[in-house]
Amino acid sequence: MNLMNVDYSTKIPNNVNLAEDRQVLKALEGWHPGYLDWWNDMGPEGFQESLVYLRTAVSVDPKGWAKFDYVRMPDYRWGVLLAPQDEARLVNFGQHKGEKAWQEVPGEYRAMLRRLVVIQGDTEPASVEQQRHLGKTAPSLYDMRNLFQVNVEEGRHLWAMVYLLQKYFGRDGREEADELLRRRSGDADSPRMLGAFNEATPDWLSFFMFTFFTDRDGKMQLESLAQSGFDPLSRTCRFMLTEEAHHMFVGETGVGRVLQRTCEAMKAAGVEDASEIEKVRALGVIDLPTIQKKMNLHYTLSLDLFGSEVSTNAANFYNAGLKGRFQETKIDDDHRLTDAVYPVLKLVDGKITRVDEPALTALNMRLRDDYTEDCAKGVERWNKLIEKTGVKYRLELPHTAFHRQIGEFKNVHATPSGIIINDAEWANKRGDYLPSESDGAFIESLMQPVSEPGKYANWIAAPKVGIDNKPGEFEYVKIAA
Amino acid sequence: MNAPTPELLKQHVIDPEICIRCNTCEETCPVDAVTHDGNNYVVDASICNHCMDCISPCPTGSIDNWRVVATPYSLEEQFSWNELPAQQELEAADSGAIEALEQEIESLLEEARKGLGGKPVAPHSASKPTVNLYNRNKPAIATVTGNFRLTHGDADSDVRHIILDFGDLPFPVLEGQSIGIVPPGTDAAGKPHLVRLYSVASSRDGEKPNAGNLALTVKREVGGVCSNYLCDLPRGAKVEVTGPFGATFLYPNDPAANIIMICTGTGSAPFRAFTERRRRAMPDAPGRLLLFFGARRPEELPYFGPLQKVPEKLLGKYFCYSRVSGQPRVYVQDRIRSEAATVAALLQDPNTHVYVCGLKGMESGVNEAFADVCRGASIDWAALRVTMREAGRYHVETY
Repeated sequence: MNLMNVDYSTKIPNNVNLAEDRQVLKALEGWHPGYLDWWNDMGPEGFQESLVYLRTAVSVDPKGWAKFDYVRMPDYRWGVLLAPQDEARLVNFGQHKGEKAWQEVPGEYRAMLRRLVVIQGDTEPASVEQQRHLGKTAPSLYDMRNLFQVNVEEGRHLWAMVYLLQKYFGRDGREEADELLRRRSGDADSPRMLGAFNEATPDWLSFFMFTFFTDRDGKMQLESLAQSGFDPLSRTCRFMLTEEAHHMFVGETGVGRVLQRTCEAMKAAGVEDASEIEKVRALGVIDLPTIQKKMNLHYTLSLDLFGSEVSTNAANFYNAGLKGRFQETKIDDDHRLTDAVYPVLKLVDGKITRVDEPALTALNMRLRDDYTEDCAKGVERWNKLIEKTGVKYRLELPHTAFHRQIGEFKNVHATPSGIIINDAEWANKRGDYLPSESDGAFIESLMQPVSEPGKYANWIAAPKVGIDNKPGEFEYVKIAA
Repeated sequence: MNAPTPELLKQHVIDPEICIRCNTCEETCPVDAVTHDGNNYVVDASICNHCMDCISPCPTGSIDNWRVVATPYSLEEQFSWNELPAQQELEAADSGAIEALEQEIESLLEEARKGLGGKPVAPHSASKPTVNLYNRNKPAIATVTGNFRLTHGDADSDVRHIILDFGDLPFPVLEGQSIGIVPPGTDAAGKPHLVRLYSVASSRDGEKPNAGNLALTVKREVGGVCSNYLCDLPRGAKVEVTGPFGATFLYPNDPAANIIMICTGTGSAPFRAFTERRRRAMPDAPGRLLLFFGARRPEELPYFGPLQKVPEKLLGKYFCYSRVSGQPRVYVQDRIRSEAATVAALLQDPNTHVYVCGLKGMESGVNEAFADVCRGASIDWAALRVTMREAGRYHVETY
């Protein structure tokens, strides 16, 4: 069997030869109805019968994995797709560096690996749940289609993780796979595992911020798991990364188009000062300071996803060869880190101080720094866009110590520029830094659906190019089909 | 001596305003042609082999950009971009001409030129064509100002002469170029229809001099999406047009050029343009124009009436009918053979250009007829054909 091509002969499209792997196939087929129930209960609300112009992978080689066609979402061919195997691949870091990459789970790391897979897996359905109401207020059919593409791919990512659990972790894995369908984002009794995935995604600006900032955490995590010495995990994550890029695209261009529209409206109305919030809002667009506040919120929630700055778990994962650094193989060092140090921002005597920590335990911090750098570049592209319109305003990422729930700075209040302030000052200033209820209410007031092909809500600009090179008037979702 | 025309290159570039720097293209590229710095992702023109592996995985569409250049943009130049530079005004080179900038159109033309048996080369004296001024995303809008049936009322085939007016919109074409028509709507699978190519049937300055319009010769095909759309268009209707396309199958401006034109059906379109150009620009040119034109019956021969009025001195006409009752079937290749003396004399003249346009089926027959004619005159047609093609004097466009 050609493993580049996807086998559609089983119910579950796959390139892992499921047809001859009866036990796993049976387990997955047993899990499938529960998944569909979950999708129907918790997937995009109100559009399950609509025809959506989606891309589906028909092969994992570059030419075949983006086939576009109209699909009803419950009929989407979720499948198990792994990047092609490289027979010569090695473990590239940690104490097993240089060994042949593992095709089976090493017994001593079974629990650790299962934990990694479950945490990653839990985020996938969570975001579908968080975003399930957004279809009803989509600013265009184009955006609606992009939302649904993100949703079905998150669904596929769940499949990817569930395959690993079912295939390599026996009965424990099957139980974990069922648990992934049982937990619910924001549920008081049975929440999702990570904080940011229990927050609501109430409006489209939040969705774009989420896909830019929170899905970018996903990208960083997938990238470091793609380095794993456990080859099936690596291959799974490599293919997922290609899909994850679409989510980054939705976030970056989504926020970019909001900025574009706001700036254009300001210029057209002769509003020069971005801080004249009411004047800008009167134009029916989202003012730039509110966009900054939204950014402050989503960026900091996403920073929390990286965990504590100093973490023995992270060191253990690395040492064991299970989870590497961002682009591990492109880093020029010994890939063991036994004696190396890494600078970490900590709270020392009430002051934000840079402290050298052993590089192994500071791996979360390092990944978070890579993440921040990646975010900052995107923010800079937004600034270029604002500059090009002639509006004088700059977006800035807030300081690491600002608005944190996890890690070194969770017990202090800091301003976006990184000055520690007391509770009273914080209470006073909070509304300047983070979206207030009235900001939320204003944004919500703009969230009126637009479903005519080629038309966009007033608060967002049209995209520069269509999906799959489609022209502007293309009907990306046939809602009543 | 003329300085050699520099080879033009279609350079792959990435739009920095749309790219999100996700690294997918760099990860995908099998030859490591994609690289990046802190600012941009770029393609190394000296490595990229146009395999297109990076195109479909790109989530943004930023990867699908091309610039025709004489000197490729360096990596450093591309790293410094904040936006894509505009396409430079370039004249298509004589060799390795860029026929179209869109993959979809390029492959259509490539298919049409297959019968050539080698790389198409424009006639040396052809004017420099403009290519791909308009594309699917940015089509020109034309207005239908005429739609006439060319074939007789009782003929089986419905061939039409359709005039498209561009108003003030610049749409420069040369005789022999094609334009793309974008039929509105989508196919059964919901995909927008493919662009169809039609040869321009009028000369470069329009149906009437400086009219800002052009004409097409369109045959209604049973079930044909685009041909039925065009044939049914009323006056005043708006049409989305892309192009112009084609940079090799072009009219030679040299007054000494002899032009042998061989066609069937709507393949006559470019030859109507050629003839009209010669008539307007240099009616007394020494070069000869010969037209071998095949149809089932006179009633089904497009432009039968108007062609009768063109003087023999301007255009030598050889009509060939394959379905006239009571008469033997005559195909274009038969007429070429029966005119062997004239044809052979012309083929030995280095000023002679041959153009074949029509259905794919006619290719081999015409080729064999030329071979026979040449054999009779002790000319090696296989070798001559290559010589003529390389000199831009042998052209095929079949579909």
